[in-house]
Amino acid sequence: MTDVVSTATRPGRPTISGVARRLPEYLLIWVPLLLSAAHLISFSLWTIWISFTPSTLVPVSGWVGLRNYTAVLATRNWQIAFNNLLLFGSAFVLLSLITGLILAILLDQRIRGENVLRSIFLYPLAVSFVVTGTVWSWLLNPGIGIEKLVHDLGWTSFHFDWLVNRDMAIWTIVIAVIWQSSGFAMALFLAGLRSVDADLIKAAQIDGAGPIRMYRRVILPTLWPITIAVVVIQLQFAISTFDLVRALTNGGPGIATQLPALVVYDLMFQRGLLGRGAAAAVLMLLILLAVLLPYAAWRYFQRRRAPHA
Amino acid sequence: MRDRTFAPSRILIYLIVSLFAAAWLAPLAVVVLNSLRTNEEIAQASMIGWPKHWAWSNYAAAWSGFCVAETCSGIRPYMLNSALVTIPATIISTMLGAIAGYAVSLWRFRGDSWIYGIVTLGLFLPQQMRLLPWTIVLRDIGLINTLTGLVLIHTIQGLSFTTLFCRNYYVAIPHELIRAARIDGAGFFRIFWRIILPLSSPILIVTVIWQFTHIWNEFLYGVTFTTGQQQPVTAALIALSAAIADIPQHGVQSAAVIIAALPTLLIYLFGGRYFVRGLTAGAVK
Repeated sequence: MTDVVSTATRPGRPTISGVARRLPEYLLIWVPLLLSAAHLISFSLWTIWISFTPSTLVPVSGWVGLRNYTAVLATRNWQIAFNNLLLFGSAFVLLSLITGLILAILLDQRIRGENVLRSIFLYPLAVSFVVTGTVWSWLLNPGIGIEKLVHDLGWTSFHFDWLVNRDMAIWTIVIAVIWQSSGFAMALFLAGLRSVDADLIKAAQIDGAGPIRMYRRVILPTLWPITIAVVVIQLQFAISTFDLVRALTNGGPGIATQLPALVVYDLMFQRGLLGRGAAAAVLMLLILLAVLLPYAAWRYFQRRRAPHA
Repeated sequence: MRDRTFAPSRILIYLIVSLFAAAWLAPLAVVVLNSLRTNEEIAQASMIGWPKHWAWSNYAAAWSGFCVAETCSGIRPYMLNSALVTIPATIISTMLGAIAGYAVSLWRFRGDSWIYGIVTLGLFLPQQMRLLPWTIVLRDIGLINTLTGLVLIHTIQGLSFTTLFCRNYYVAIPHELIRAARIDGAGFFRIFWRIILPLSSPILIVTVIWQFTHIWNEFLYGVTFTTGQQQPVTAALIALSAAIADIPQHGVQSAAVIIAALPTLLIYLFGGRYFVRGLTAGAVK
């Protein structure tokens, strides 16, 4: 952060009367910020602490070392949740990047009604995952949704039962989430496409580059930083996905669409195993850090390399 | 790419983009149409179809008729709960965030970058890491299962976003403006009120829309810290579909879903530009 205000405008050494006069402003600045900062740090440490205690229904003190962690990691519930996260996270990120990029390139062709189209692709982001999950659970339900419609239209051998199929159920969540959040990638990519240097494009046109070559060689390479930002944000979202699954499959059939956030909730509030629930929450944080720390390091080196304006 | 010379390729572009748009609108169209079909009609056919009779009564039933658990009050009390949580939490977190962002960006004080750095970590910390502490704290201060408790949580957590948004906006304000005002003897609040606030409407709109949408749509805290009649509408919708899973009433449920989604959809419709700005501002942190 750069120092925008010179030292001359900094408050001088506080005197008692000065502090008293300034008390309201100090309170209004400091109390909310301190509360926010304090709750972030203390709540994190608190959860980490609980994860090392034998707490079940109520938090108790005591030390069990890593026993909660080994217990969570050994459950089938967690293993399925973790594998699902890997599959769901990578499919979601990859497919929403591709969809978002296609949409952005299409909208970048100076087409009519661009504003309306952009609004159409972005509106799902304004709606809660509970709502969209519920709607998709109807559409994908073979008894009442798309499969039933196609059967009624006469194609009776048609099958689309992923929602109740253990092996495919996780893909219903991928479908719903792509529909809901590809618009986000689109919005960022579109902003990126619009900020490509016009001279660069002109130069390539003079060189006789066709549209496909233009995108591949000139325009898309400039989108790398945006792509990485989108990937990180989508991964962060994937790791904490909860509402959508609760509304769409509730982790089922069986535990086929379990995800870490559901395991945490289940351990904490349905089984009353607070120690293990806290351990699962800390594991989620570690997964998140495995994504965020490399990104933060990358950003840091990028900034150091980039000449300061 | 950026010319209009090649007609067939442009037709293809319009075709593809229309297909995408149709796919994106289809779920909305299905729910809207279902909300106007009777439960029996949906049960006989599928969820996807054109209403034979326009069953406007679904909306009345969804709003104040059907039963969740033992209470038959429709979705109305839960909508009210959501409003009573979302509106105060949005206003308070935006106001405090504006003041904090102003203090951090233009006023500066000892340790501000540290505090600001920690506060913005709140954008990343998973909610799951705060669930147990919030449960314990809310219970100890007697706010568990109350709307006030949810307002408190959303205000404190929202500060991470609101402070970030406002700070990034205020950083661009030339500080000569502030310096001149200080030389004239204006204090912290006077400068905020007279100079900063009049410049702030774009960022305040972005922040309010962002906070409102997020808090209205939030589910995990609602379902964890409240039960029964105290739940916000997102949690109530899940309870509703669980409660009537045996005898599905898809017409009424569709109407309930639309009512629950309407506030944020309307805000998106009228403030879409600001909504997208918040979305991308949150991304380019």
